[in-house]
Amino acid sequence: MIDRIARIGRSGLEVARSFGRSGLFLAGVLAGFPRTSAGFALLVRQLYAIGVLSLAIIVVSGLFIGMVLALQGYTILSDYGSEDAIGQMIALTLVRELGPVVTALLFAGRAGSALTAEIGLMKATEQLSSMEMMGVDPLRQVVAPRLWGGFLAMPLLAMIFSSVGIWGGKLVGVDWLGVFEGSFWGNMQASVEFLDDVMNGVIKSIVFGFVCTWIAVFQGYDCVPTSAGISSATTKTVVYSSLAVLGLDFVLTAVMFGSF
Amino acid sequence: MASDPYITLEDVVFSRNGRPIFDGVSLSIPKGKITAIMGPSGTGKTTLLRLIGGQLKPDRGRVVVAGESVPELGRSALYRLREKMGMLFQSGALFTDLSVFENVAFPLRIHTRLPEDMIRDVVLMKLEAVGLRGARELMPAQLSGGMTRRVALARSIALDPELIMYDEPFAGQDPIAMGVLVKLIRDLNGAMGLTSVLVSHDVPESLSICHYACIVADGRVIGEGSPEQLRQHPSEQVQQFLHGYPDGPVPFHYPAPAARADWDICEVSS
Ligand SMILES: Nc1ncnc2c1ncn2[C@@H]1O[C@H](COP(=O)(O)OP(=O)(O)OP(=O)(O)O)[C@@H](O)[C@H]1O
Ligand SMILES: [Mg+2]
Repeated sequence: MIDRIARIGRSGLEVARSFGRSGLFLAGVLAGFPRTSAGFALLVRQLYAIGVLSLAIIVVSGLFIGMVLALQGYTILSDYGSEDAIGQMIALTLVRELGPVVTALLFAGRAGSALTAEIGLMKATEQLSSMEMMGVDPLRQVVAPRLWGGFLAMPLLAMIFSSVGIWGGKLVGVDWLGVFEGSFWGNMQASVEFLDDVMNGVIKSIVFGFVCTWIAVFQGYDCVPTSAGISSATTKTVVYSSLAVLGLDFVLTAVMFGSF
Repeated sequence: MASDPYITLEDVVFSRNGRPIFDGVSLSIPKGKITAIMGPSGTGKTTLLRLIGGQLKPDRGRVVVAGESVPELGRSALYRLREKMGMLFQSGALFTDLSVFENVAFPLRIHTRLPEDMIRDVVLMKLEAVGLRGARELMPAQLSGGMTRRVALARSIALDPELIMYDEPFAGQDPIAMGVLVKLIRDLNGAMGLTSVLVSHDVPESLSICHYACIVADGRVIGEGSPEQLRQHPSEQVQQFLHGYPDGPVPFHYPAPAARADWDICEVSS
């Protein structure tokens, strides 16, 4: 019994310790925003690896989700004879909710796990150590460009996701199911507010991008430098990021849209 | 010792996961000389280099490099000190996403403002020194173990450091490459007055080039001196290590419980 309590206490301490470590780590890395042109080149390379290379999965998923939304929305709305509102429904769902959340989940699986594995492997093969011994700070050289790359890429990806999704919705709703195109776009424009809907969605995606990338690079940097350690860190990245995104989404939605 | 020390370790105590690795090691490494550190596998030679480089902090004792107490340095002072050090890692530790050329160019690009054509000349010179000028386009994954280590060596001398630490430079090298490396280490030391620390198991090679050697075992320095002094060292432990006798005071085994407990052997009374 006492043993069990002690074990719970110990794991609690371990959790607190890793929160502390990751906070210190974050502070160290944020200070490493690239200031030189060489640092900027590193950031661009990471934006490419994290952002551009994630485009395919984001675009394809966005397209399908938009199309599915149109199909589902059409069957429900046409029961009430209001299938004209389909544009509004698709746009609000995507911009407020599915855009940021699904992008973040895909981002954690595609880019986050890659970040963790890459940094973890660099640690396991002593590349980070050797950088330190050359007088180069790996936080600045390796981690900071990846963290900033993730921060910047994620909101852009979420916007692309929502746009492609709306377009996919239009393909199905207007071109296939025959909703009048004027009311599709007109209803959408009349009901989607820039500040309340679009900006709130962007804020969500900024928060998710921050959290997902932070988790990914920290797990990589903090992993046990063996193959087993790297694989467990990669799993943790995906699990923690997904849970954090869903939990934070609830909190943010409650704060943003919960007052009415 | 003749010249003044570049590195001094005083009574260093260090343990890992509660297991003592060093138990009061004192050592001084003379400036501008080649010092060999030898010892059985797993006694903490790599750990010793990491203590000198400031990647690990001792539990107790002092580590002084170039007049500065390493464990007490702040982050930026430590990084400045490290620009004067080169270290060849046991695994090579090349950057896997950069070609051989870019690996050697890496420290130059970070720490100097040399124009591109000068970087090219320096890199090719360093690669020539390790016999791999022709391999510049290869990626680390395409190199053999011995080549990896030679590229890593070229990279660690790229900035012409004051101190260079070689962790097992000879492991995995064929006799010709070994001869070249021995000559290279000696030349670097002679031409540039580099302080060199050489960690190795290869007793004959190490003793043939070092000015000073010490043997670490059981968390302590068990013998030190010039190669001649070591060869005539009275200690049984030192003699065992130098000649590779399988049995003697230096244990070959990692600390283990009594064999009887592991294999469940009953004691047979005679
Ligand atoms: N990251 C680590 N965590 C815990 N213990 C470690 C770690 N690295 C090394 N050790 C332990 O420290 C001891 C010394 O290791 P070290 O790598 O310094 O040995 P070494 O003398 O370089 O051996 P070798 O000649 O085989 O390279 C070993 O017994 C090892 O078990
Ligand atoms: Mg070693």
